[in-house]
Order: sequence, then structure tokens, then C-alpha cells
Amino acid sequence: MTVKSPTLAPAPHCHSMFTVSRTMLAVMVCLSPATLFGLYQFGWPAILLFTVTIVSAFTFEILCLALARRPILPFATDGSALLTGWLVAMTLPPWAPWWVGFLGGGIAIVLGKHVFGGLGQNLFNPAMAARAMLLVAVPVQLTMWVDPLPLGSSGAPDFVASLAITFGAATAFDAMSSASVLGTIQSGLDAGRGVSEILAQTPPIETLFLGNVAGSLGETNAALLLGGGICLVLLRIIPAVVPLAVLGSVAGLAALTHLIAPDHFVPPQVHLASGALMLCAFFIATDYVTSPITWVGKLISGLIIGTLIFVIRTWGAFPEGVAFAVLLANACTPLIDAYVRPRIFGRTRSGRPLDLEGAE
Amino acid sequence: MRRSLLDLLRDPARLFALRGGVHPLGQKFLASNSPIERMPIPTLLRVPLQQHIGAPAEPVVVRDDLVLKGQLVGRARGPISANVHAPTSGRVLAVGHFAAPHPSGLPVPTITIRPDGEDRWGPRLSRLHPEDVSSDEISAQVREAGIVGMGGATFPSAVKLGLREKYDLDTLVINAAECEPYLTCDDRLLQEHAEEVTDGIAIMASALGVRRALIAIESNKPKAISTMRHKMAQLGEMGRLVVVPTRYPMGSEKHLVQALTGKETPARALTAEMGIVVHNAATAYAVHLAVRYGEPLLSRVVTVSGRAIKRPANVRVLIGTPVADILDHCGGFARPAKRLVLGGPMMGQPIENLRVPVVKGTNGVLALTAAETASDLSMPCIRCGSCVQACPVGLTPLELNARIQAGDLEGAEKVGLLDCIACGSCSFICPASIPLVQSFNYAKGKLAQRQSEKHRQEETKRLAEARKAREAAISKAKREAMAKRKAEMAAKKKRAAAEKAAAEQSVEARPPGKVDSEAVS
Repeated sequence: MTVKSPTLAPAPHCHSMFTVSRTMLAVMVCLSPATLFGLYQFGWPAILLFTVTIVSAFTFEILCLALARRPILPFATDGSALLTGWLVAMTLPPWAPWWVGFLGGGIAIVLGKHVFGGLGQNLFNPAMAARAMLLVAVPVQLTMWVDPLPLGSSGAPDFVASLAITFGAATAFDAMSSASVLGTIQSGLDAGRGVSEILAQTPPIETLFLGNVAGSLGETNAALLLGGGICLVLLRIIPAVVPLAVLGSVAGLAALTHLIAPDHFVPPQVHLASGALMLCAFFIATDYVTSPITWVGKLISGLIIGTLIFVIRTWGAFPEGVAFAVLLANACTPLIDAYVRPRIFGRTRSGRPLDLEGAE
Repeated sequence: MRRSLLDLLRDPARLFALRGGVHPLGQKFLASNSPIERMPIPTLLRVPLQQHIGAPAEPVVVRDDLVLKGQLVGRARGPISANVHAPTSGRVLAVGHFAAPHPSGLPVPTITIRPDGEDRWGPRLSRLHPEDVSSDEISAQVREAGIVGMGGATFPSAVKLGLREKYDLDTLVINAAECEPYLTCDDRLLQEHAEEVTDGIAIMASALGVRRALIAIESNKPKAISTMRHKMAQLGEMGRLVVVPTRYPMGSEKHLVQALTGKETPARALTAEMGIVVHNAATAYAVHLAVRYGEPLLSRVVTVSGRAIKRPANVRVLIGTPVADILDHCGGFARPAKRLVLGGPMMGQPIENLRVPVVKGTNGVLALTAAETASDLSMPCIRCGSCVQACPVGLTPLELNARIQAGDLEGAEKVGLLDCIACGSCSFICPASIPLVQSFNYAKGKLAQRQSEKHRQEETKRLAEARKAREAAISKAKREAMAKRKAEMAAKKKRAAAEKAAAEQSVEARPPGKVDSEAVS
């Protein structure tokens, strides 16, 4: 009897169903309700910008792989570039000109990822690096918000008009410009008005939570992001500890400060109703590559992100601080990983074998 | 790991928590309903002289010898070694070398026997009544019978039974977790031979002088659990059955001990130092046969399974039966086999050569299809941390691998490389299909090699220095001897000169004739 070609390969001889591209696919599926909502809400210009960003990210990925002489097919189809472009697009103002999306995708893939050595090697979250760079480099385009104009509603630009908004000189855009809720709050506080007075002018919390407000392309609907995120936790793709740490620290600090000085600090529910925070807690802070590898490390990193978000939102120059908070926490990851390690079986935390008496 | 108060409130019989582990597809249903069948005697048996950890046995037969069933053919050499017996009667065709049941397929000392088909017993060992004999006699009998750990580690069982002399023992743990997927041989053995296994447990417990015997079975074997629970109750106060959760690697000795007793074995220590000895269920069965009936270890139950096998089964085969014969017995292949494995799919050895024999530690012969092995192209690590969560030892496999790939073996050793138990959970779970455990095994081998090289260098240096010192001592001695002789010569000369002078003086004083007569006398 002969076997066709029994291969000698090292044990284990079976493998879990879990693969990189399946993980990426699951994340994309969980991200899609919020994305579809954003695309519907902001109409054709948003769809065009989303497409441009993703195509840009994918093109730069292939280019970088070719430059690095890596096998293009298996690497480009793992879904990571697609997801990165997707996340960049989620954070952009929906009616931003095409080159913002193009640059965003490019920065994320080239400077955020491949300069460090490609998949798994980057220190910083590529999408957040791109967003932060854009915010500093082209602050005007990155802070121009529009009120929701759902597809098909009166006043929503049709496909041709949208081409002009995204790819041409955007005259219509200026007329539509609006302010994000967090922006309104910050400028109000800066002007010395009280919190209750400002909140009277902003949409109610429910509207904020359900996303019917001006904001980034995919960040307005906190409810759908939360739902998608919970799915990821249930699928065991992300650990629950990270979103809990991020949301918990923001909410805790907000509650504390609001309790002390209710007229100077917004209540925690305003923070939690922000889609950017939800996106960060479930989809950005949980990024495998840039977060610590241990449970405790992830907890620490989540707490850092949440605290920094609160600090930047409250005292910083920007109304929204997710990108900077994530980047700063990413920079701590190697340090956290070096110090926070699991205890090895049969050894103390310092690495000495356990005492026999102490074994019980 | 202490049981917290909350755990006690929730469920007083709860097991102690373990860290990590994975849940591979069990696939036990393929063979779990096939009763153990006895395979006909094959036309050729190849019995390796080393089927255990330790020194290989020394052959005591030569070519063309006629051997009887149970006759000693290889004698244990040294304290950590095991006897090897003829599994059936027949003629010794060769005492030489044959391919090992190992991926390398390198030739190892092997006795080839052509069975005569009569299966005639030779003189058996004496039958013992465990109630009447001392524990030393029991372990001597187990040593005579060539019994080794049958879960796969193949450590000589008699050595473990003798631990009583060195340590204060109180618990015997019988490992019937069988956490490897596919394998059902222990499951079937417990179902069909519960009585014998329980007797073996009682014998071992009395030999060890322990006050309690626990048998641990994973929760996915309900039939074995209900059968054994009944039998263990017959051991009275001492015996207890513990159902452990189905999770790989529950059968890892130190982890099982922790799950059962909450005691964490210190690194580099033995469980015996905490008073606990672990034996496999199949070993208990072999001990029963050896002590009650004087039968040496001649056969074992092997699970033949995998989607490529036409008729998955549990087969009692003679030690030394070629894998090809076993596959034939099970109807051969139903589908193309991508990989052939001896043992379980998580830690088993892949083989190429179908003529290699089954040995005392072989618990499975698996023929896996391409779909089952699911081996993917290895991709870069995305730091997902699955391996960190899966590692039952608390290592950070991704970091270990990064260090090893960078050639930093000392760094890898510092972060726990040598604590790795090679269970393969990290490789199993890795979404990028990185061969982590292979990398660790490589690094361990490399470190061992470096260690032995260093040792050799030091030894060479020591010998060279010793030689230098010896030579220096010799030349010094020579020099001294020479100087001494020189001095003696000089003294002699001086004396001679002095005597001559004295003689001349006396000649002057005496007549010459007298001197001559003195010289003659």
C-alpha cells in the first residue's frame, strides 16, 4: 500500500478555523451597518469619497508590496489594506474633496504601515496616523461638516452634483457647512457659556446617539457602532476588556468632573453618544498590531486611551481627540509589553521557580 | 492557585481554574463507537530495542533463535531503561537496525521476528497476589514486564512506582483525560476493561503507599465516566473519579495535577515532590496483567482514525506491528491521505515510511486528508495575542518566535523558552499559521547543542590543562631526578676523590703488598 504524497510537516496536524483574512472579514461585516448608515445619510459625495479612499489604500498597498518584492496576491487579499482604507474613510468629513481621501489612504498605507515593514510591524495605528496627519496638514477640509442629507431626500445632491462636490470646486459645499456637536460644545465653553446653555442648542442625546447629526462619514451613529462592536466581542474577535476600559475611563472621568463642576464639564452621556468614541473603543483601540498582547496590557492601554480622549476633548485644542489619544497609547505599547507579562507556570512573577511549600 | 471563596459558594466540587488551552475539533466520534478488536498476528514484527525514555535495551537473542511469546529479547540496561519481550512465538530473523517510528526514519537497533502463527507462550513471570507482596516486589514485577508510560511519554513505570522511597507520596492520579483529538483508545479501554484498569489502579496505589487515587476523564467521554465511576466506588474511600473539562492540553501532567488538586508544580520540579504521581490508564491495565497474570507488555490498543481511513477502529496490536499492516486491517484508505501521524494530531509524529512499527507509546495511527490538516501558507504575525491567551504555561509565543527568528536564543531562554511544554496550542490557534512550536523545538535543540558543545569545550580544556600539568610534573620530576643523580655523581666523585686521596696517604704509610691482599679479600 502506498500513500500518494504523505507530507512531513511539524505538529500540530490540525488548525483552528481562525485566519487573518477571516478576522478582517468579520471586522468589516461588523463595521458595515454604521458605514452603510453614514453613506446613506450623507449621500453620493460620501459614497464617492469612501470609494476613493479605499481604492487609494488598496493601490498603495499593491505598490508597496511590489516595491518590497513581496508576494502580492496573498498579502493584498488578506483584507488588511481594505480595512485600513475603510477606517480612514470613516473618520473623514463626508463631503471632503477627493484628494483628502486619496492622501488619507496613501498616508495610512505607506507612512502608517509599509515604512515600518508591512503587516504586523507598524507601531502606530495606520488609520489614526493618517487622520492625525491630515488634521494637522489640512485642518480646514478636515473640519468642514455638513448636516445629514439622506440619499433621495430633497436638497440632497444627485450623482452629477456629487461628482462636482467631491472632484470639482465645491461651491455648494460652503453653503451647507455646519458644525459638529463636540465642536459646538467646545467653542461654547471657550466663549465662557455654561454647559446647560450650550446643550440646549445641540440636538438631544437620542439624536446624537442615533447619528442624525453633522459629523464624520461613519462616526455619527454610535448605536450601530456599538452593536457592531458587541458582535465582535461575541465572536471573540476582540476582547471585551478594551472597549470597557476606553468607555469606562471616559465615562468615569466625565461623570466625576461633571459632578464637581456641572456647568464646566459636559455630562458623560454626551461623550458616550459620540460615534467617534464608539468607533475608537471597538474598532481602533482593539487593533491587534498596535495594542499590547496581554489582557492586563490591553486594559492599561485602554485606560490610557480613554483618559487621553477625555483630557484632549476637555482641555485640548481639538474638539475631538481620538486620533491623538490612540497614537500616544500606541507609543506606550512596546513598554507595556516589556513589563506586563503573564506569570509562567510554576514560577513566580520574577521568574524564580515556586517554593514547594508555597505550591498549595 | 487557591480556590476563592466565591468559587466555593458557587460550586464546592468545582475544579481549579487552568489558564489557556484550546478547543480543537474532537473528531472522536470517528472511532469512539468501535469496540477494541484484536488484530491477527502480522507476518513480520519489528521490535525496536528502545521504545522508552532512557538507555536502549541490550539484545539477548541472536539471529535464527526461536523465541516464545513473552520471552525476553532485550534486557534493560541501567536504572532508566525497560525490558523488551517477544510479542508472539517465532524465529528471530535479524538483530540489526530498522527505520524508527519517527519523522527522521533513521535506523535504530531492532529485532525482527517472523511469527510462526502458533502464539505459544513461554514461561510467564510469577503471578503475584498484590495483597500479600511488598511494594518492592510489585515494582520489580513491573520492571520485569517492561512496562512504560503508555500515554506517549514512555517513561519506565517501575521507576515511577519506586518514587515512594524518595518522596512522601499521598496521591496517585490516573490520567485518562485523552485530550488529543481523534484518539479513543483509553476511552474504549475504560469502557471495556474497567474492572482490570481499576485493579491496576489499586495495585499501583498500594505499591506507592498513597492514601487516595484519582482518575481524571474529560467530560466528552460519558460512557467511560459512568462505567469507571461505578468501579472506582469499589475502591472505597480511596478512589475517586473526577470529570475534567474538555480542553486541550488537559492531559499535560502538571496541568492535570493543578486542575485536580490546585497544586502548581514549581518549574523544573517533579509532581512527586508534592506527593503526587501520575500514571496513564493504559499503564494501569498493563500493570494489572503483569502482576495478576505475569504477562509482560506485549500489545497495546491503538486508535486508527482520520478521514482518509476507510474503517476507523480501535485495535489491540502486538508491539512491533508495521503501520502498513494496521492500515490494511482497517480497510486501507478511503481518500488520499495528506499526512500520516503516529499519536494524536496535536503532538503526534508525522511519518513517511509505512513499514515502521508500532511501539509501546503509540496510541494512534492517523491518516489525515488535506482538509483535516488545514495547513495554510504562513503569514506575518499580526500580534493578535491569540497564542498568549492559548498558552497553558503563560508564555508569550509571538515574542519567543520573534527572538528566535532574530537569532537571539539567550533572549528567548530568558523569557521562558525552556518552560514550553510543546503542546502546540499556539500553532493551532495562530491565525497566520506561523509554525510557532516548531520554532521553539528547534531553539530548544539548538540550545541543548550549544550546551553540549560548551561542555565539550570545557572538558577538552580541562583535559588539556590536566595533561599540561602532568607533563610539567613529569619533566619537573625528571629534572629533579637528574639533578639528584648529578649531585649523587658529584658526591660520589668527591667521595672517590677523597678516598683516593686517603688511600694515597695510607699507601704512603703502609707497604703496598698489604693493600693488594685487602683488595682481593
